[in-house]
Amino acid sequence: MISNIVSKFIFRRTIVLYRCKIRMESNFCYTNELSFINKMYSPVIPTYRVLNNEYIQKSPTVQEIEMDTNLLVKMYTTMISLNIIDTMLYECQRQGRISFYMTNFGEEAVQIGSAAALLSDDIVYAQYRESGILLWRGLNFSDLINQCYGNCKDKNKGRQMPVHYGSKEYKFVTLSSPLTTQLPQAVGAAYGLKQMQKNLCIVCYFGEGAASEGDAHAALNFAATLICPVIFICRNNQYAISTPIQQQYGGDGIAARGPAYGINTIRVDGNDIIAMYNATKFAREYTIQEKKPVLIEAMTYRIGHHSTSDNSTMYRSNQEINSHKNKIPIVLFKKYLEQFNLWDMNKEENFINFNKKTVLEAITIAEKHKIPSWEDLFTDVYYKMPNHISHPVVEETGWLV
Amino acid sequence: MFASVVRSVTRRSFSTSRWAAAQQMTVRDALNSAIDEEMQRDDRVFIMGEEVALYDGAYKVSRGLLKKYGENRVIDTPITEAGFCGMAVGAAMGGLRPICEFMTFNFAMQAIDQIINSAAKTYYMSAGKINVPIVFRGPNGAAAGVAAQHSQCYGAWFAHCPGLKVVSPYNSEDCKGLLKAAIRDPDPVVFLENELLYGVQYPMSDEALTKDFVLPIGKAKVERVGKHITLVAHSKAVELALEAANELAGKGIEAEVINLRSLRPLDMDTIAQSVVKTNHLISIEQGWPQCGIGAEISARIMESEAFYYLESPVIRITGVDTPMPYAKSLEQKALPVPSDIVDVTNRLLGLSQ
Repeated sequence: MISNIVSKFIFRRTIVLYRCKIRMESNFCYTNELSFINKMYSPVIPTYRVLNNEYIQKSPTVQEIEMDTNLLVKMYTTMISLNIIDTMLYECQRQGRISFYMTNFGEEAVQIGSAAALLSDDIVYAQYRESGILLWRGLNFSDLINQCYGNCKDKNKGRQMPVHYGSKEYKFVTLSSPLTTQLPQAVGAAYGLKQMQKNLCIVCYFGEGAASEGDAHAALNFAATLICPVIFICRNNQYAISTPIQQQYGGDGIAARGPAYGINTIRVDGNDIIAMYNATKFAREYTIQEKKPVLIEAMTYRIGHHSTSDNSTMYRSNQEINSHKNKIPIVLFKKYLEQFNLWDMNKEENFINFNKKTVLEAITIAEKHKIPSWEDLFTDVYYKMPNHISHPVVEETGWLV
Repeated sequence: MFASVVRSVTRRSFSTSRWAAAQQMTVRDALNSAIDEEMQRDDRVFIMGEEVALYDGAYKVSRGLLKKYGENRVIDTPITEAGFCGMAVGAAMGGLRPICEFMTFNFAMQAIDQIINSAAKTYYMSAGKINVPIVFRGPNGAAAGVAAQHSQCYGAWFAHCPGLKVVSPYNSEDCKGLLKAAIRDPDPVVFLENELLYGVQYPMSDEALTKDFVLPIGKAKVERVGKHITLVAHSKAVELALEAANELAGKGIEAEVINLRSLRPLDMDTIAQSVVKTNHLISIEQGWPQCGIGAEISARIMESEAFYYLESPVIRITGVDTPMPYAKSLEQKALPVPSDIVDVTNRLLGLSQ
């Protein structure tokens, strides 16, 4: 009997020691229970939020959120500006003045909330629904409009289709149409920052649909294993063109993947601009200090069509769209600012009227600008123009020989 | 055994003579020294790919570099061509100078979107604001006994695309001088090596052994001067052309052999000048015929003044138009051999065989 107890005790001790040893070596642990790992073990990841959708009065006060009131107003006016330019350029496309456009309706807070929390030198690798970041950083209406028109004033020389902005000045890498290519590139650029020991980070935006591409896996895996200062911001707007999230993934969204890669992760209410600002600021402080990646999943809703080539009522009801309209970030944030007398109807009317006029004038001017010079066809293919496209005949006539 | 004795004896006898200048070096070592010298010269240069660090590279091209430069500059990657290629492209956009090694260019197909849509086009799309100084390198073309998915020439694929520079070197000097040029180049360069040539030794001139030996991308090399017919080739096919030229010389036919070195830009001036002199042109490549390098050369000659100097049609000698078979007997039939070149030359020059 005694020997039995002793032997059990010894046996248990050895097991415990053995486990400890294993744990120290490779983070393994063992169990003798056979079962599936499922939702019981990983509850739904909560969504961080500051403003209360339904009961705005119950949200924290301006003093409590500790943000500068001028900053708050600037964030709001940038959201409105983005709305104005989207509305006007969308109409331009409908009238056949430009070939293509993509609006940002419903997703303004993800862009502007995060942009406000970054330094202006942090480099942005965006997908295509992040024009708000450029407005926040100071790009003016004319620059956006000239790009969409591809005229001689387009700083990208009429090279890219509308909305595919790029600006070295504002640290915004030229957009790439094939989905998700920006993710591994962002990690590579972050690796560069780390090698050059710069105190900046790379911020990479993508949709929940893009997260299904193999590149997204590679990028998250690399960021975690090579330990790079990159913030991944997933705009989960519920739809990848027509594909709803129920058909996009089976697990708990994109955020659930972060811990599996060993990446610190936040899920945030992407319609709540204050929450978005706080989450990005928190992530940035961590990534700069630790030089490690962060994943943010911002839960939002695409109010507009995917692009001007899409009619979203073919796959979702007007009722569904309308049910989101009282939750949209602009409405929510406006109510909040009005509550603390930082904004009112009068200011709103003046701001919208003035900016509509500015955009309209910029469009009129953009339409009068000349088309790009034929020389712009041949430059920038290579760092130094090769002979076969710098031939004198090409220079004189614009024709390749 | 006997062979190795002979080799060491000859090497020793060479080392005492004035011919010692013509030091031999394998293609592998030439590539390794090019990477080593450029990593030493420029802190921004780093190499990444599957097996490049601890294993010294699948073909040992990166031998010793991990020890010398550490794991921050010699990076083993998870198995994801699109992923690490994309990362290298981003690092190049961000100011580093990556060398992205593919275990073979056959596997680079998984990453072709990053190579074409991002690396090749970003400089243009950003209106000259973001350049992508990157080298994509690895073995290309037919190896031996590895069948369809490891034996394809991608020269024509990449040479098709503006924004890329494409290099297809033949011997050790080519490899060293052109790889150094590729690493220093501000544009993306696809560097197509040949697996079967890695272990082959070629003479290296004194100049080629120096750290400043850089060959210009876009310039072909006349490997052998001749006046009766022009043979133009790239990579391992240059060897076939040289062997054929030797055989033809025995019959009094002097073939001019052009080693293209670069596929984009393509040095048409050198080819056209040769055609003006010889009036006959054969292109030789191991890749497929349709839309191949030979097809491009043929078309460009048609469109140039050199066309009027031709006395016979341009003939392409290529790999057969099928995926590469595995069986040795079939594989041999799928690739051009020197006797093909001799036969075509005899036909073009109206000589009996």
